[in-house]
Amino acid sequence: MIVTGTQKKSLGIKARSRIANTAIYIILTVLAIVWLLPIAWLIMSSLREEAGAYTSYVIPKGFTFANYTKLFTDTTLFNFPRWFMNTLVVAVLSCVISTFLSLMVAYTFSRIRFRMRKAMLNVILVLGMFPGFMSMIAIYHILKALGLSQQLAALVMVYSGGAALQYYIAKGFFDTIPKSLDEAALIDGATKNDVFWRIILPNSRPIVIYTAITTFIAPWVDFIFVSIIMKDNYDNFTVALGLYRMIERENIHNYFTQFCAAAVIVAIPITLLFIKIQKYYVEGVTGGAVKG
Amino acid sequence: MKKVFSDIGSIYKDGDWKTRLSYLVMGFGCLSRGQIIKGLLYLLFQVAVILYYVIFGWHYVSKLGTLGTVTVQKVYVEGSKFPINVPGDNSMLILLFGVMSLLILVPTAVIWLANIRSAGNVQRDVDDGKKPVNFLVDAKTLLNERFHITLLSVPMISLSVFTVLPIIFMILIAFTNFDKMHQPPAKLFQWVGLSNITEFFGSNPLVTTTFTGILGWTVIWAIFATFTNYLFGMILAMMINKKGIRLKKMWRTIFVITIAIPQFVSLMLMSKMLAKTGVVNVLLLQWGWIDQAIPFLDNAAYARIVVIIINMWVGIPYSMLITTGILMNIPRDLYESAAIDGAGPIKQFTKITLPYMLFVTAPYLITQFVGNINNFNVIFLLTQGGPKSLDYYQAGKTDLLVTWLYKLTVDEQAYNLASTVGIFIFIITGTLSLIVYNRSGSVKREEEFQ
Repeated sequence: MIVTGTQKKSLGIKARSRIANTAIYIILTVLAIVWLLPIAWLIMSSLREEAGAYTSYVIPKGFTFANYTKLFTDTTLFNFPRWFMNTLVVAVLSCVISTFLSLMVAYTFSRIRFRMRKAMLNVILVLGMFPGFMSMIAIYHILKALGLSQQLAALVMVYSGGAALQYYIAKGFFDTIPKSLDEAALIDGATKNDVFWRIILPNSRPIVIYTAITTFIAPWVDFIFVSIIMKDNYDNFTVALGLYRMIERENIHNYFTQFCAAAVIVAIPITLLFIKIQKYYVEGVTGGAVKG
Repeated sequence: MKKVFSDIGSIYKDGDWKTRLSYLVMGFGCLSRGQIIKGLLYLLFQVAVILYYVIFGWHYVSKLGTLGTVTVQKVYVEGSKFPINVPGDNSMLILLFGVMSLLILVPTAVIWLANIRSAGNVQRDVDDGKKPVNFLVDAKTLLNERFHITLLSVPMISLSVFTVLPIIFMILIAFTNFDKMHQPPAKLFQWVGLSNITEFFGSNPLVTTTFTGILGWTVIWAIFATFTNYLFGMILAMMINKKGIRLKKMWRTIFVITIAIPQFVSLMLMSKMLAKTGVVNVLLLQWGWIDQAIPFLDNAAYARIVVIIINMWVGIPYSMLITTGILMNIPRDLYESAAIDGAGPIKQFTKITLPYMLFVTAPYLITQFVGNINNFNVIFLLTQGGPKSLDYYQAGKTDLLVTWLYKLTVDEQAYNLASTVGIFIFIITGTLSLIVYNRSGSVKREEEFQ
């Protein structure tokens, strides 16, 4: 968009902004294509008839839904339906447990002033700074000692065990609920327990949903902890780990298109959930700095 | 803390023999004054802790100093051709359970203190001629005056088991020689003091070069990854926000979709697309733009640039999402008066938008920086740290400290070095996080909202 000085003066404000807008539309379209291309390629590969990860052409020679159906019928090597159910069970359980744990912690730190409060807040802050998988070996042996290694229950415990560390987004939300509400209830004879269940939780639906969805998504996308815990217990794999195995060197040629199909199946629900919670995500990250 | 000690002292001073006996026999004060259930619970707890120590805990705690001395022995029993394995010590379990047993002393001390206070309170009540508090009434305070105890107990227990215990364990591992050559129970490991740490600072040249090399790249990576995403994300947000641009919601959704796709899917796909025989090279060759495949991920310099660019694909939508709302908060009149003064769009951006945004989002930026230092996914899924380098100890040219930690742990079983790396990461990210924490308004102004 090269506009020389004389032209610039002759153009009205409206015309200038129209030119700018056209330029922006062009840039946005190009960017959108760049951002959607890998996704388009994923979907296209999932429908490709010919096997193989690397092809010497771009547009598939034939289209088929067989990659999707095979995921559910051909389960000898890769038991996708089972992994899907595993992940669903783990996700639901760890979602319920960690939502409760983190909301409980958030409420306590937001509403109750007790002696060790500041100290505990600081300790939790410091704990959150250690890289998560620094501790994975220890966790593996703790689970082994509990007789839980390679079990789905172990996964649930690992995913929800650190929930207390994730309290701050909910706490930030609770902080904005007027304290006068609690005080009125307490004067009327309610206990703090009542306040938690009857006042705070009903007024915090967005943050409850946010916490629940983020913890629900975690087991679908993590493959580090699950690979350490499950080792080679194929039956108890989650989708993420299974998919990761699908495109290891020895399998990638035969299973790449199925991998793409499985990835599409997993990505659709997660995408929908994320679009639903994006607003709270922003509030969480910016600590409520955005009010617009 | 001061109050705790003065309580311990004053209750002992004012207490009669029943109260004083509670210092040794938990729950005695309560039991002897009619608070049967509460007293029994205290007593039961004490018995449980003692039994735990006698049966299990002490064995491990007592060996913490040496981490075990006896390995598995093969013993020939008369009349048998084959040796029998007699189990010996296991340094790993000694360390793990030893630390666990010591950690149990923390809640024990807390409950012991509660026991003394209960004994003191019930003595005071009885001395004043009041009836000792009924157990049910007492338990009900857990839903009100002491509700925080009810709410925090379960989260704190799970936090202790799955976060605190592992972290302490791994910190201690950094001071042992727990590596491939010392895998219990066949081989025990010992305390070695600071020798792992000195390996990173010269005593082991290979580890030292690797460490400085990876640290340097980690910092460069974190700076580029953070600022490219931030700047371009902000520009993208401004373009979508601009007055007159239609379908704002659609544009945003297009970019948000890419956030929602699990990273292991999108990134592994990218790594396949960028492989030597991947679709990108195929296209470029087909169009005749290049003569031979570009080694996007196999050449150190290319790979480093590629991960930064791919990271933009991953990260720009995030910062677009985050900055959109804040950008709309910038007072309009600032721009209007700037426009009257003749400032063009670029000047407005550098003089108004950027300073405002940097000021408001400084904590977010530092959090992002810390996040990028620990950005395991992008590196591991794209290049797995490669291309591998002979100058490095078990690492490649795009490895970050975290991915190196992962490799040392999983591939090399060099737990001692891995733990040391973990401690370094903690020091770096911890310092930065503390800066954020002290700066962020939500901590200082905590009470203002309520």
